[in-house]
Amino acid sequence: MRFELMYESFFKIVEGIPLTLQVVLISTILGIFLAVAVALMRISGNRLMSLPAYYFVYLIRGTPLLLQLYFVYYGLSQFEAIRESILWPILKEPYWCGIITLTISTGAYSSEIIRGGILSVSKNYIEASGALGLSQTKTFMLITLPITVRQALPAYGNELILMVKASSLISIVTLMEITGIARTIISKTYAPVEIFLVAGSIYLVINFIIVMFVNIAERRLGIEKAT
Amino acid sequence: MFDVFALGPTGWGDEMLMGAVMTVLVSSSSLLLGITLGIVFAACKLSNFFILRAIAEVYTTIIRGIPELLVIYLLFFGGSSAVMYLAKIFGYMGYIELNAFTIGTIAVGAISGAYSTEVIRGAVNSVPKGQFEVGKTLGLSGYSLYGKIIFPQVARIALPGIGNVWQITLKDTALISVTGLVEIMRQSRIAAGSTHEPFIFYTAAIILYLLITRLSNIFFDSAEKKYSKGYVSKEAS
Repeated sequence: MRFELMYESFFKIVEGIPLTLQVVLISTILGIFLAVAVALMRISGNRLMSLPAYYFVYLIRGTPLLLQLYFVYYGLSQFEAIRESILWPILKEPYWCGIITLTISTGAYSSEIIRGGILSVSKNYIEASGALGLSQTKTFMLITLPITVRQALPAYGNELILMVKASSLISIVTLMEITGIARTIISKTYAPVEIFLVAGSIYLVINFIIVMFVNIAERRLGIEKAT
Repeated sequence: MFDVFALGPTGWGDEMLMGAVMTVLVSSSSLLLGITLGIVFAACKLSNFFILRAIAEVYTTIIRGIPELLVIYLLFFGGSSAVMYLAKIFGYMGYIELNAFTIGTIAVGAISGAYSTEVIRGAVNSVPKGQFEVGKTLGLSGYSLYGKIIFPQVARIALPGIGNVWQITLKDTALISVTGLVEIMRQSRIAAGSTHEPFIFYTAAIILYLLITRLSNIFFDSAEKKYSKGYVSKEAS
């Protein structure tokens, strides 16, 4: 073990934390909107809405994230039309390609979690709400949504951890977040074990903090832990 | 447009198909390694020894909390020296280099093993205790108890979970492309670079992955049916 090297590289790898967190945060927030939209499309009962949503989720869940990232970053830029469109300033940046890919990915996975949550809301509540004269929008906002959040939160906590892990892939398109910096140091110093321990611990700490926050939120919302 | 997928030396069709074969091979060997690790660590988690439980807990926590890519880098850069270190203990001084397939299998197998551990542990836990007790009362032990009574029940309950683990494992093998193993991902990158047609080659890769997913779903569905023969009527009613 080269402890001095571990100590030095710790401070270098730490510099990647803001980028990792930033990418995770932005794509998670954008991903929630996508997820809700896809989940609502899937349970709409209208085949024109539910089928595209179904195939979208199938496509994303059935292919590796790395391939999706390559598709967005290298695949789309092949076309003249895209290179000349107003989207090009965004699509030529690995940073935004990473965020787009992660957003689409978490949107698909979370839509399943949200769909499960919405479907778990008892029909009786919806009927009772209708009997009380609440409109459909009000029923959704005041009854369905809060119960869905409660139901979906434990699974969504897992999804957040998967997002932190998935964000490491953007290092492959040249972004220097935690894994990217770790990889550079490994190939310079050839000390894979030491650097793995440092970078791995950083990820474990981040994920541990997320688990803690999710647990607090679960307790606040009165979710009983299934043990 | 499709002549880039011609078979033979003029197109990339046969190379892409070979890449798909390689993906299936490396995923299968990783899944097998993962299930083996899963059985060992599930046994550790269910054991009465604190040390074994702690080791298994550390293993699953690390794998589930650390990006797969880091694990692959660790084995890619450190795998050969670790094996040489082990070989030295046994008196072998020569140079050993692991090929990309072995490194990939070990890395993805280790990741897959953590998920399998949880699936198998859950499945063993859901076999009623009475089954063990009755088996022992009948004088069964070892293979006749675990192989004939417990395993079929664990297999039935674990199969859907193992199907999910297969799905995860299949997708994780795309990450091994960074070590140079020529599977679907790597092959489509090479082809895209050489033809300047990334869009169609990545689309082809997407179709290949979806095809493998579809076929393996059919396989797992029939396996589930086979293992739940005696249960079908009960669940239907």
